[in-house]
Amino acid sequence: MPKRKPEKSIDENDVRIDGRKLNELRPVKIEVGVLGNADGSAYIEQGKNKILAAVYGPKEVHPRHLALPDRALLRCRYHMAPFSVEERKSPAPSRREVELSKVIREALEPSVFVEYYPQTSVDIFIEVLQADGGTRCAGITVASLALADAGIPMRDLVVACAAGKAEGRLLVDLTDLEDKGGEADVPLALMPNLNAITLLQMDGGLTIDEFEKVVNLAIDGCRSLYSIQKETLKSKYIAVKEAVEE
Amino acid sequence: MSSLPMIVRVKQKRIAELISSGMRLDGRGLTDYREVKLEVGLIERAEGSARMRLGKTEVMVGTKIEVGQPFPDVPNEGVLTVNAELVPLASPSFEPGPPDENSIELARIVDRGIRESKAIELEKLCIEPGKKVFVVFIDIYVLNHDGNLIDASAMAALAALLNTKMFNYEVESGEIKVKPGYTPLPIRNFPIAVTFAKINDKLVVDPWLEEEQVMETRLTITMDKDGKICAMQKGGHGYFTLQQVLEAVKIAREKTEELRKLVVKG
Repeated sequence: MPKRKPEKSIDENDVRIDGRKLNELRPVKIEVGVLGNADGSAYIEQGKNKILAAVYGPKEVHPRHLALPDRALLRCRYHMAPFSVEERKSPAPSRREVELSKVIREALEPSVFVEYYPQTSVDIFIEVLQADGGTRCAGITVASLALADAGIPMRDLVVACAAGKAEGRLLVDLTDLEDKGGEADVPLALMPNLNAITLLQMDGGLTIDEFEKVVNLAIDGCRSLYSIQKETLKSKYIAVKEAVEE
Repeated sequence: MSSLPMIVRVKQKRIAELISSGMRLDGRGLTDYREVKLEVGLIERAEGSARMRLGKTEVMVGTKIEVGQPFPDVPNEGVLTVNAELVPLASPSFEPGPPDENSIELARIVDRGIRESKAIELEKLCIEPGKKVFVVFIDIYVLNHDGNLIDASAMAALAALLNTKMFNYEVESGEIKVKPGYTPLPIRNFPIAVTFAKINDKLVVDPWLEEEQVMETRLTITMDKDGKICAMQKGGHGYFTLQQVLEAVKIAREKTEELRKLVVKG
């Protein structure tokens, strides 16, 4: 059902329509190891976003001619379920999904020691079950955990968060409404321990000063998500350890 | 891009070493563009066209205008569609077939620059709100690939838009009647893209093909006529530090102004 758009999504005290402050993230819930068949998997809920990620590999490459002699082939598919958005989305991959699959793969690749597994492939599947803005970022955060869950050696976890501008104010972790009605959106992915930006996109309009502030907002967002991401990964192994000790 | 023809390791090493000491194999400085050559209006059947040469990279852009339906969320605005074809005659690494991720990414980067800077006055392209609007098709045709297709395509697209003429028309009881004469497509902003390659931890602009094969990663910054950033895209399997991104933004500010003068005359 189409909802009526409110006139203002941020009030005069800088409180957003969902009650958040400008620099506050949406509530995040992450789980690791949620799927039976995959070598690694994870699930994230960030606000209304619900996203599953699964990793298969390292395994033999199909078709074989794609295999690389000196490193693993990293493949990624970002896909949205037809029921994930207001109006049904055709399940065929859209141009947007093709582009996002590419930039997500390129955001994750710097973290993976691909040179350890020549002639193999590592396949990452991201399924957006429900979307509410910032799905590529949440997709990267959850896919990185799935890679870790698959036991693939990595330099660092990759964590992503968007920041932008809406109604003249700079804010972090935009919802779909804030993104569509807003002036700018900057999704960014980070390997926090290496200070390496592995995804950076932008659309909208920002002055150079605003851009610098927005990027820093996104980096701060990434850092807070990173601690949640790390704790989630650890808690899985603590649970296993406890189960063994019993 | 692993499908590109390999260049010898020795040359790769040389390119990277030179860049570390602030030089480039083709004699350019780190922030120098190759020679830009632009011709417009070569295709009479197209509403607008441009052929851009950036060194040996060659891109042709044609625009077509047709009548179509608006998007339901913006019923009073014309529609912009950008498509890119990496045709096999342009490079041994291009294959025939439906657009792959590289051509889709290229089209979407150019699209974002034009759309987000609101370069076309789309609200003037409405014929009947919610029913009939003009659709502007921008088709990017790569003719020779020698690196930095993004900047060449973005400039060619802007030049083609500036060259685009629309037929005059009247609406008579819901029907469009063509009248004699043409008017230029209403354009109010001039987005220019600047692409950086990171090689040996240094930034260079306008990478040519062999530099693209050496680069770790790539960043495209599109700025509008007021020096505002309107689109950005990182590509490639490497990373940037925040300092590098901010340095690139500063360089892009100068470069976009310089290049804009070559595309937008008078």
